[in-house]
Amino acid sequence: MKKPGQKIYLIIIMAFLYAPILYLIAYSFNNGKTSVWKGFTWKWYEALFRDAQIMGSLKNTLTIALLAAIIATILGTLAAIGIYNFKGGVRSAIQNISNIPIINPEIVTGVSLMLLFTFAGTMLGFEMGFWTVLLAHIGFCTPYVILNVTPRIRQMDSSLYEAALDLGCSPVKAFFKVVIHELMPGILSGFLISFTYSLDDFVITYFTRGARFQTLPVQIYTMTHQRINPKANALSAIMFVTILTLLIISNIVTSRKDKEAAR
Amino acid sequence: MKSKRPSIPYLGWMLVFTIVPLLMVLYYAFTDKAGNFTLKNFVNVSDYSHIFLYSLYVALISTVICLVLAYPLSFFISRCTQRKQSVIIMFLMVPMWMNFLLRVYAWVLILQTNGPLDTLLQIFGIHTTLINNTGAVIVGMVYEFLPFMILPIQSVMSKIDNSLIEAAQDLGCNGLYVFRKVVFPLSVPGIISGVTMVFVPTASTFLVAQYLGGDQLMIGDDIERVFQFNHNTGSAIALVLMVVILGFLVFMNRFGDKEAVGR
Repeated sequence: MKKPGQKIYLIIIMAFLYAPILYLIAYSFNNGKTSVWKGFTWKWYEALFRDAQIMGSLKNTLTIALLAAIIATILGTLAAIGIYNFKGGVRSAIQNISNIPIINPEIVTGVSLMLLFTFAGTMLGFEMGFWTVLLAHIGFCTPYVILNVTPRIRQMDSSLYEAALDLGCSPVKAFFKVVIHELMPGILSGFLISFTYSLDDFVITYFTRGARFQTLPVQIYTMTHQRINPKANALSAIMFVTILTLLIISNIVTSRKDKEAAR
Repeated sequence: MKSKRPSIPYLGWMLVFTIVPLLMVLYYAFTDKAGNFTLKNFVNVSDYSHIFLYSLYVALISTVICLVLAYPLSFFISRCTQRKQSVIIMFLMVPMWMNFLLRVYAWVLILQTNGPLDTLLQIFGIHTTLINNTGAVIVGMVYEFLPFMILPIQSVMSKIDNSLIEAAQDLGCNGLYVFRKVVFPLSVPGIISGVTMVFVPTASTFLVAQYLGGDQLMIGDDIERVFQFNHNTGSAIALVLMVVILGFLVFMNRFGDKEAVGR
């Protein structure tokens, strides 16, 4: 950014990205429902926290995201290790099938799972809800775990595992002490990606949630679809502050780590 | 560590939650309500061909705008120090982490009649409707997906060594020539993944048109509408969408390979 023109361009793009969000936040403090400013208020925040439905969907969202991320991480890490031991053509065929949920338009994944769950539901006598949403989320999270873990397996020295066995480790102990330890950065980023994707998913949840189960993104849809709802503005403000704080913290932590590594 | 067995649970998972649902889409697309084979659903799809074309048109325009906005910015960012780059990237990502419906909702508030932008234009004597048209949908799409264009291009550009550019200049290249012969060819992989990451979700997205486009829906919205009363026609539309998107991905891949060989 040596030339002022470049700086100005960056500022314009940043303004384009942030202005709508800041506008949204500003009007969460507006004592009125229209775009006319009617004075400062906290009432939309109070209304938001008192709304049992919204708080309930927040709880559902966090539960689903945590469970889906944990299960997808275990399933995906094991899968990455196993798939790595397949050879050439078979391996790339499995990887291609595994990537289908990433490549396919979300809406197609959503309706295809809806067809499966409706069919299985009538056969086995259950309705879509918490469990179908959880299964769907595990389904679209696991490929991301595999994509994050596989490069670490490729980098890992397999003689480390054999050395542990030679030194008297049981295979299970060697697996946890050596393999998992070596793969940890990939496992961790797979977990975090799964958690955030699950938190934010609307489309696939929308098609697999059935009639009653609500997550926060679905709740946001009902709040904002074809109407203005200042509670949604208040929610945006809380989300924005949370995200900003988390990202700044993670940025500081990584830059400290980099500095230590440089030393 | 040499065992394929850890992948068995996931192989089973893929069969049940990836392959079977897609086979069900295939089955529904080629059968009628009674379960007999028919091609009639695809005849019905032709009723939606204008919506297909409209979606591809919106996706194309949005992708081009994103590319034009993102390309110079990515280059400017890539010439900054490592530390500065990671801070700028972090600030580009914050809005991306906001729920996508809230970001569309922000534009509903900004573009609505008697909203801030409308009021501003009225002061200058311009009376026009900003919302419920294709322009509003494109603005929403560019807003949603611009970072997906910046990040991959910036990431390949940051690997271009400054000394390479300087060498070209020393050898007598002017700015435009350096760009054509050095910067542009090296940034092609980033452009390809950026274009893919913007075009695919824009073409298949769901709800943005419902929020900003008025009566003119996109193909994602139509899949949802049709599925409410007819799984067969809905599946046929989803299948066609999937084939179009996969065709696009194959085309982009080929294009990337050819560029790589050409160098």
